Amino acid sequence: MIYREAGQFKTTYASDQAIFPIREDRVAVAAIVAAAFAVPLVASEYWLQAVLIPFLVYALAALGLNLLTGYAGQLSLGTGGFMAVGAYSAFKITTAFPQVNILAVFVLSGLIAAAVGLVFGVPSLRIKGFYLAVATLAAQFFLLWLFNKVAWFTNYASSGTITAPPRSVLGVMVTGPGATAEARYVVALAVVALFALLAKNLVRSRVGRSWMAIRDRDIAAEIIGVRPLRAKLLAFGISSFLCGVAGAEYVFLYLGSAETLAFDVNVSFLVLFMIIIGGLGSVLGSFLGAGFIVLVPIFLTNAPHLVGLSLPVALQKQIELMVFGGLILFFLIVEPHGLARLWQITKEKLRLWPFPY
Amino acid sequence: MLEALRAVLVAPVADMAGAPAFLMEVLIGGVFAGLMYSLVALGFVLIFKASGVFNFAQGVMVLFAALTLVGLMERGVPVAAALLLTVAVMVALAFGIERVVLRPLVNQEHIILFMATIGLTFFLEGFGEMLWGSSVKKLDVGIPDTSFKVAGVLINRLELTAAVTAAVLVAVLAVFFQRTRIGRALRAVADDHEAALSLGIPLKTIWVIVWAVAGLVAIVAGIMWGAKSGVQFSLSLIALKALPVLILGGLTSVPGAIAGGLIIGVGEKVAEVYWGPLVGGAIENWFAYVVALAVLLVRPQGLLGEKIIERV
Repeated sequence: MIYREAGQFKTTYASDQAIFPIREDRVAVAAIVAAAFAVPLVASEYWLQAVLIPFLVYALAALGLNLLTGYAGQLSLGTGGFMAVGAYSAFKITTAFPQVNILAVFVLSGLIAAAVGLVFGVPSLRIKGFYLAVATLAAQFFLLWLFNKVAWFTNYASSGTITAPPRSVLGVMVTGPGATAEARYVVALAVVALFALLAKNLVRSRVGRSWMAIRDRDIAAEIIGVRPLRAKLLAFGISSFLCGVAGAEYVFLYLGSAETLAFDVNVSFLVLFMIIIGGLGSVLGSFLGAGFIVLVPIFLTNAPHLVGLSLPVALQKQIELMVFGGLILFFLIVEPHGLARLWQITKEKLRLWPFPY
Repeated sequence: MLEALRAVLVAPVADMAGAPAFLMEVLIGGVFAGLMYSLVALGFVLIFKASGVFNFAQGVMVLFAALTLVGLMERGVPVAAALLLTVAVMVALAFGIERVVLRPLVNQEHIILFMATIGLTFFLEGFGEMLWGSSVKKLDVGIPDTSFKVAGVLINRLELTAAVTAAVLVAVLAVFFQRTRIGRALRAVADDHEAALSLGIPLKTIWVIVWAVAGLVAIVAGIMWGAKSGVQFSLSLIALKALPVLILGGLTSVPGAIAGGLIIGVGEKVAEVYWGPLVGGAIENWFAYVVALAVLLVRPQGLLGEKIIERV
């Protein structure tokens, strides 16, 4: 009864092609975005730092990988490597040119990551499926090794770590030790919101359709006039751009300082989990998946305390692993198309509610 | 410029020629390491061939098998009994995986099954450590980790045993696949699920068998790796090392897994010893992947994999 599109007539093509054609959706999304920007007023430091900021950063990375894997169908396990490229280039740029606005630095480092992504995307023209996934692992290991070995990338820091220097936007400190969690949260949120909007429009455009054509049947796509070289490389480039920005944010807005270990292959798997649990080929899914993967470990860590159980640390860690693995299996079995699909089903049901059909 | 070229192209070759015995040692070390990789890669190939599942959990199955074996032996179970029990555990595990994970996911896309095996990886890791503890354990199989000399070349007993074991295992598997009734059924399933089903081959049983065989291969790999470097969490990471071996040889080829393992093992050791110092060392981490990538660019299906023929 509440969620009903009856009576909402579309009189222009523009309204027909809107991202959210149903008024209730528009209202809900506007409310969510407004609420998200209002969160710092009520949320505690812990929630911002431990939950919301990593959620936003991971969501951006998941969005990037989803464009590549979910939309263009190119399985990649190099996400961590591309994020590292973003993080290290942001560090190099901002230490070499401190006067450049940090947001511009994020974009520049994203562009550098995109260039690296293009290089490692070239094999995708010949290699497919799992072969490609393993080939992208080459990017992951090679890039991390490079950042580890070449001291130039860390400005010859003896510890081998990169640290976010203090930078401000519009007079507010957003990175470095002096930045409040609120400021970092707002920056991360603004960046994610902007790129999510761009990504949503991109996948509804000619480019997005050519990606999906390649994903569904690449030879057929080639025959109807999609250029595989262009489409695949574009997917790698744009995906790596988003992952690069996410990587820069990961260090500058979330961790504060990091070494290559922060971007190891587990990060790649984690982001892949997010898009599969969330839903392949869905912008919403990237957010749902990131939320799920960020929240579950926190929940699992705190759950025993909530029920008054105190377990040895090692045992708790092992149970966490087991439950996490079990949950992934459970979700894959119950809904292999991810949380986004669940939401879609819910929406269908809502439109008919309270009638069964 | 010329200096750099010389350092890259000429000097390592001169080093090799200058100390042939050392080169032999490096090569043999590479062959042994490669066979160890092959042992892990074999498990992958078996499962991929018969069910099309890219089993990421193979590495953790190796860890789980080794942990179970060591755990039982630590509790005073004699070696033979512990081994039998471990086999029983791995077979039970195969039944469990088929029932709980594979059966509900029949007909899903490959990537979903792949993710499911990663979920399985987390689960088994936690489960194994919960049962047997997470400390590093010494696995003593009665083969001394010492070396002897043949014609001036050092050979490690343990590595030699591992190599022989791997060779025997491959021979047994080859006979099993080619000559036995079950082996034929396995190949039939690998070729075409539906055709095999319509001929009356029980798909579920076949999957249990394949996973059980992969479990047995995991036990062997676990014993060898465990005896070499102790049974610890990092054992599950050798799965990552086996991946380039796997795609280099071809995902569907048992001989390919062996050949890939040897190439990666030898290439890695030689590159590390002779070219590693030029770029600061530790190139072992990514060298295998880059080799695999280069080979894939020329042969997208790997060295010995089935040719991928695509139709619209």
